[in-house]
Amino acid sequence: MSRIQTVFQRLQADGRKALIPFVTAGFPAPELTLPLMNALVEGGADIVELGVPFSDPMADGPTIQRASERALAQGMSLRKVLETVRAFRATNADTPVVLMGYANPIEAMGQERFVAAAHEAGVDGVLVVDYPPEECVSFAATAKAGGLDPIFLLAPTSGEQRFADVARAGSGYIYYVSLKGVTGSAKLDVDEVARRIPEIRAAVGMPVGVGFGIRDADSAQRIGAVADAVVIGSRIIEEIETNPGEEVARVRDFMRSIRAALDALAAGKGAQA
Amino acid sequence: MQMADTPYQFPDASGHFGPYGGIFVAETLMPALAELREAYAACQNDPEFIAEFEYELKHYVGRPSPIYHARRWSEILGGAQIYLKREDLNHTGAHKVNNCIGQAMVARRMGKPRVIAETGAGQHGVATATVAARYGMECVVYMGSEDVKRQAANVYRMKLLGATVVPVESGSKTLKDALNEAMRDWVTNVADTFYIIGTVAGPHPYPMMVRDFQSVIGKECLEQMPDMVGRQPDYVLACVGGGSNAMGIFHPYIGVPGVKLVGVEAAGDGLDTGRHSASLTAGRPGVLHGNRTYLLQDEDGQIIETHSVSAGLDYPGVGPEHAWLKDTARAEYVGITDAEALEAFHKLCRLEGIIPALESSHALAYAAKLAPTLPKDKILLVNLSGRGDKDMHTVAERSGLQF
Repeated sequence: MSRIQTVFQRLQADGRKALIPFVTAGFPAPELTLPLMNALVEGGADIVELGVPFSDPMADGPTIQRASERALAQGMSLRKVLETVRAFRATNADTPVVLMGYANPIEAMGQERFVAAAHEAGVDGVLVVDYPPEECVSFAATAKAGGLDPIFLLAPTSGEQRFADVARAGSGYIYYVSLKGVTGSAKLDVDEVARRIPEIRAAVGMPVGVGFGIRDADSAQRIGAVADAVVIGSRIIEEIETNPGEEVARVRDFMRSIRAALDALAAGKGAQA
Repeated sequence: MQMADTPYQFPDASGHFGPYGGIFVAETLMPALAELREAYAACQNDPEFIAEFEYELKHYVGRPSPIYHARRWSEILGGAQIYLKREDLNHTGAHKVNNCIGQAMVARRMGKPRVIAETGAGQHGVATATVAARYGMECVVYMGSEDVKRQAANVYRMKLLGATVVPVESGSKTLKDALNEAMRDWVTNVADTFYIIGTVAGPHPYPMMVRDFQSVIGKECLEQMPDMVGRQPDYVLACVGGGSNAMGIFHPYIGVPGVKLVGVEAAGDGLDTGRHSASLTAGRPGVLHGNRTYLLQDEDGQIIETHSVSAGLDYPGVGPEHAWLKDTARAEYVGITDAEALEAFHKLCRLEGIIPALESSHALAYAAKLAPTLPKDKILLVNLSGRGDKDMHTVAERSGLQF
């Protein structure tokens, strides 16, 4: 069983929801990525999504684009992301790490070389934003064979055919993009998410995480009431951006506030969605 | 919209030209692209749509554009005869409008009241704003803030035509960043918005659709050349940035034996300086902006900044069909430097009384290299894709002048 499956099984047995934070590798500085990953785990992360910076992040909003630009300006690269994961694994054998990024750095390394190197470094899953299922049949198969869960996005605009496509190609979990738009957008329609999740979960047979637009304990709790996992990205990048010098402590505290909200939900004290 | 009678059948149903093309976008855009594929397929087979498109090209754009024999220039070069396909005489001054009319017509049929576009030099933005005004559509044009500064006149033209121009501050603040931003707008406003892509790149069906609309250029040539000279040309030359004017003139000629197709990329300061935009000549395949194609990228797969004296060629990718034509050797791709393009620009001004766009000047410069190596009975057909009025500032600056 993969580390990702293990996490979801354990959480489900406890009636808890997964908390999946995202940080851009190399932001605000390459040497801070490892301490930030550890702070995310200390703050209650169940899975860590690590953004691989790309020069042209079309699906991201200004916050994550800015973070990518700063990371690249300091020499961050896919190879260095893998080195960081290897360093993380030296002290953490349990928390799954999912790489999230764009196709071209992977193509530049070569798909097979990437899968082998990522698995060897201790990566558990990979979400390639611009590899929809129809363009990555062989990559998804290579990833699965090489011990990586290929994770796919679904969107409010996705129909039933898309559910079937990602169910066939993907494993680990499904990442439901909770709104139309790019990462960091403000409008989140919880009722719409609540309506779609059961339908998607039934169709894909995998845990469903929800991201894009979750910014605080309240929105995390409301999404956590209906989804299997809550993904938070831009909000964490903002926390890092606005607290230079105190990034690690601030991210740990922010994560704890979200974790507490989600666990209150599990204990039955949360707001009803 | 009928293709020339040839066994060349690309792209396949899922938008691939061999290993190139495809649909490499985030899930949020997949349904929008599926909707566009269906809508475009319906238009392609609709005689009313085709008739309306042809009517617009004739009465609004002024087609067919003539072919002109550049006799003096050919004589001075002393070799093959150079003929120019005069896309510079189109309404708005370039080939771009052919495609904008086609896509705006598709948008209208889809009931989308808002169109968006990306632009580099501003030519595609102006063409989109023009067509949006013509059809009464809301129009937003994304343009890198560096380009906004360099192309102030075109920014004003777009505003006159009623468009909103949004300067893009991210990344290198040029065309590729404008394209990223337009994609983001589309993801966010997909219900009422149609994205008019200006070149034969992007996710399927754009490379095919833009090619089809631009193919009117080559189809006219197929008829005009026999009328003028009794046969088809030996070479067809066109500049290649994204590659829409080149694909427009190449595509009808793909199945015509004996016609050599030559795409001319921007070699900038020289291919060995790293300051150029020659993705086919100096790049390698990868994935960007929704398709797999040749890209200018570093070892880590990051897209690198490009350079060309002509903003319209200043792009790190290229249409996927060009990648396929290169790999299959049906077309050849070469580079022309800024200096060579400027020399050809001045030659055409002084010898033929035509001020060409700097983009087109790259194709002219290669014709000027090639012609003297060939006998006088050989024929080169060059796509003069746009006029050079927009480039006055750039050329004057290069000559040490200021307005």
